[in-house]
Amino acid sequence: MDVLTLLDYLIRGLSLGSVYAIIALGYTMVYGIAKMLNFAHGDVIMVGAYVCFFAMTGLSPMFEAGSMAAAVVPALAGVVLSMAVCTVLGVVIEGLAYKPLRQAPSLAVLITAIGVSYFLQNSALILWSSSPKIFSPIVGSGSQKIGPLTISHVTLVTIAACVVIMLALTAFTGRTKMGKAMRAVSEDKGAAQLMGINVNRTISMTFAIGSALAAIAGVLLCSAYPTLTPTTGSMPGIKAFTAAVFGGIGSIPGALLGGLLLGVIEIFAGAYISTQLSTAVVFGVLIVVLLVKPAGLLGKTVREKV
Amino acid sequence: MSRTPKEPVKLVPVPSTNKIPERDIDKSPILECRHLGIDFGGLAAVKDFNMAIGRTEIAGLIGPNGAGKTTVFNLLTKVYQPTRGTILVDGVDTHNMNTVQVNKAGIARTFQNIRLFSNLSVEDNVKLGLHNHINYNMWSGILRLPRYWNAERLAHERAMELLSIFDMGYLAKYKAGSLPYGDQRKLEIVRALATNPSLLLLDEPAAGMNPSETAELMDNIVKIRDTFGIAILLIEHDMNLVMGICEGIAVLNFGQIIAKGTPDEIKNDPVVIEAYLGKRKEA
Amino acid sequence: MSRVVNRLANMNKTTRSSVFTYALVVGAFVILQLLRMTTGLGSVLEGQLIPICAYVTMALALNLVVGVSGELSLGHAGFMSIGAFLGCAAANGLAELIPFTPVRLGVAMVIGAALAGFFGFLIGIPVLRLNGDYLAIVTLAFGEIIKSVLTNTYLAVDKKGLHFSFLTDKNALEEGGLQLIRGPMGVMNTQRISTFTVGFVLVVITLVVIFNLVNSRTGRAIMAARDNRIAAESVGISVTKYKMIAFVTSAALAGAAGTLYGCSQTTFVATKFDFNTSILILVFVVLGGLGNMWGSVIAAAALTILPEALRQFADYRMLVYAIVLILVMLATNNPAIWGFFARLRERREEKKGGAAQ
Repeated sequence: MDVLTLLDYLIRGLSLGSVYAIIALGYTMVYGIAKMLNFAHGDVIMVGAYVCFFAMTGLSPMFEAGSMAAAVVPALAGVVLSMAVCTVLGVVIEGLAYKPLRQAPSLAVLITAIGVSYFLQNSALILWSSSPKIFSPIVGSGSQKIGPLTISHVTLVTIAACVVIMLALTAFTGRTKMGKAMRAVSEDKGAAQLMGINVNRTISMTFAIGSALAAIAGVLLCSAYPTLTPTTGSMPGIKAFTAAVFGGIGSIPGALLGGLLLGVIEIFAGAYISTQLSTAVVFGVLIVVLLVKPAGLLGKTVREKV
Repeated sequence: MSRTPKEPVKLVPVPSTNKIPERDIDKSPILECRHLGIDFGGLAAVKDFNMAIGRTEIAGLIGPNGAGKTTVFNLLTKVYQPTRGTILVDGVDTHNMNTVQVNKAGIARTFQNIRLFSNLSVEDNVKLGLHNHINYNMWSGILRLPRYWNAERLAHERAMELLSIFDMGYLAKYKAGSLPYGDQRKLEIVRALATNPSLLLLDEPAAGMNPSETAELMDNIVKIRDTFGIAILLIEHDMNLVMGICEGIAVLNFGQIIAKGTPDEIKNDPVVIEAYLGKRKEA
Repeated sequence: MSRVVNRLANMNKTTRSSVFTYALVVGAFVILQLLRMTTGLGSVLEGQLIPICAYVTMALALNLVVGVSGELSLGHAGFMSIGAFLGCAAANGLAELIPFTPVRLGVAMVIGAALAGFFGFLIGIPVLRLNGDYLAIVTLAFGEIIKSVLTNTYLAVDKKGLHFSFLTDKNALEEGGLQLIRGPMGVMNTQRISTFTVGFVLVVITLVVIFNLVNSRTGRAIMAARDNRIAAESVGISVTKYKMIAFVTSAALAGAAGTLYGCSQTTFVATKFDFNTSILILVFVVLGGLGNMWGSVIAAAALTILPEALRQFADYRMLVYAIVLILVMLATNNPAIWGFFARLRERREEKKGGAAQ
């Protein structure tokens, strides 16, 4: 086991983990504020990836091959467009399917989220067929040599995106009025409402941000693993959800930590144990962590008042 | 959870941690707490709590809001594990016991914020109190063996008998959650009694009751003590009830006992008056 | 006749609902058997009879955990797959020993149930220490682990006994040896031994177990632990023990359902029993109503046939299914609709009261 291979796996793990972390952020924010497991989140990723795919294939022929514009404009447009579409999608889903169930038992909301997930997957199946689309990476397939290591541009961009998003979100929830409102609502919905916070608008906003992040995650995910099908989002969605629980659901740094750890564990398990069992190993680690820390790595345990 | 070393366990003779009624004095106490304490995040919620309760005593635990009265109940029933000290139930150290084992050792309780099995019937709630006294296993239940029918019939009769203490037999088939507040409090007492305790802890049994209901409750508490021959420790804000039926009273403030004695002694204790009403300004 | 009506009217609600469920299941079985003997059912329904029995059993088993015990399990398909794999492996291995197929199937189902129950116990030890959503996610994780492990398991039998290997097939078999579990290729049955009658018997046994369990000391304790954990402990009921009883019973029933399902297929693989299957069963339970057993029976049967009946709509059927699911959830949780039904009931009761006077 030489150091270079180890480092290579670590970077690949961090890259995959960054994608998980970005998805997990969406899960965790929505859980924190609406106390619901949004199982449709993974499928928003898939929609984001499809939108970006079609934008890029549609725009590419308009530019001279090999030019600077051809490399930048379609990719940028694709990302922006998919973020816009997913934001709208997220808000619409919340408004139509989840908002009427605000007072309903959590299981009813869970089943509705599953219904939304089926709906998105099957709509994609009808619109775009089940035959896989080959996604071309948004930053080309080049790579960068850093010392003895060769790291692909996609990996670099993914990790960078994760860092930027994380910093931006921390600043947003800590500094801005809307961010503080989100934290207040997730702490105590009733009290927040009494303090004049518009709870419904805050929840919509959370869905908007989460879905925009899902779009970015979809684009990055498909840049690294280019086969795109209507079910592309479901497994990464479940794993990112696991990552959110792993880090302590409801906690933003927890989602980052959980996502990165999950990615690294998955890559290492695949490399050193068995590729067929990497998912099982990931879930195994989750179970062990939850047994030691029942609220996840950074989650708080709440004592029930008797 | 780290624990500081326990105080050495001393059994009879009882140290005079508080006054025990004459009739119980020659018997060992049903409950004895020594130096009991718990910290929540570094803050001592209860400290150095010492108390003994006689076999058939009705004792009261009073104090201002937030004094730690319910926390004492939670310590006695091991909802929280104490950080320090010893609890002896009928002379048996409950160290390392959990809530279930403490109940089997003889402590039953009610809750300040009512905790009934609200989706189950009143009768089923009482039968759940009888749970450990109904003798048949899961298989007899699934296969409906004769044991099942016999034991269930006995349980039904016993449950109705217990409900009749508060004349609640006619409510047996209703959902516990649909009862009025006062009846829910009484049902909690019946359910606790069903476990056949030797010490019954009542957490604000008269809360939300009107004066006539409270008077009836007082009679019933005494009746329960007399019929079952058990000890009762109650937390209550209604001073008429406390002064009316308690033989020994302990006053808790900021997690510490500030006074102990008979109702008359407590009524006139300046420390107690200060804790409740604040310091009197010198005129 | 009027005496029967009277007795029905005097029964309490739980007894009445269990009598109704038994009547529903037996009635459906009799009608379906009569139709099969006379006009035939048509290939779609005929092919779905055994899966319906299996899914009805699954839904009832999951309802015991989610509805009665109050814990959300997102990995119940895992127990089904244990039952399917190990039960069918046993059935295939025992083919020579027990030639009479209903007995062989019965033995296989007992083995499947016992092993699934055993794994349910092992999984329950860590899982039942957790609460709410954390418990749900860990059951999901176990479901996925079971799937991965079974996908990489190779089991074979020959004259020397059982051979087992993991990840790659290293089982060197003598002549006449039989591969029972073939990793990603799953199980191939030598004979499809499940029948509708056995399926019906399984459903009835499941109903008996669940109803009798729920209406006993044990069932009361399980519901007490659900309604109020702290109060249950305060009256001397060990919450973990009773949650475990519900979980293991449910896992065992799911295992039997898995064996029934597996033995009705020529071949099946572990990925059949994935997260989506667990969710599907949860949908049956929620749509049928938590703790409502006849609801689970109807929901499971209807929703197993529905996608098959909609096959002609090809791609659109799952879309329709999704929309129906969302609309049903929105409708059943709509306060306005609840209010309407409550008023309706009130009016009916008023009328009844008026007639009595």
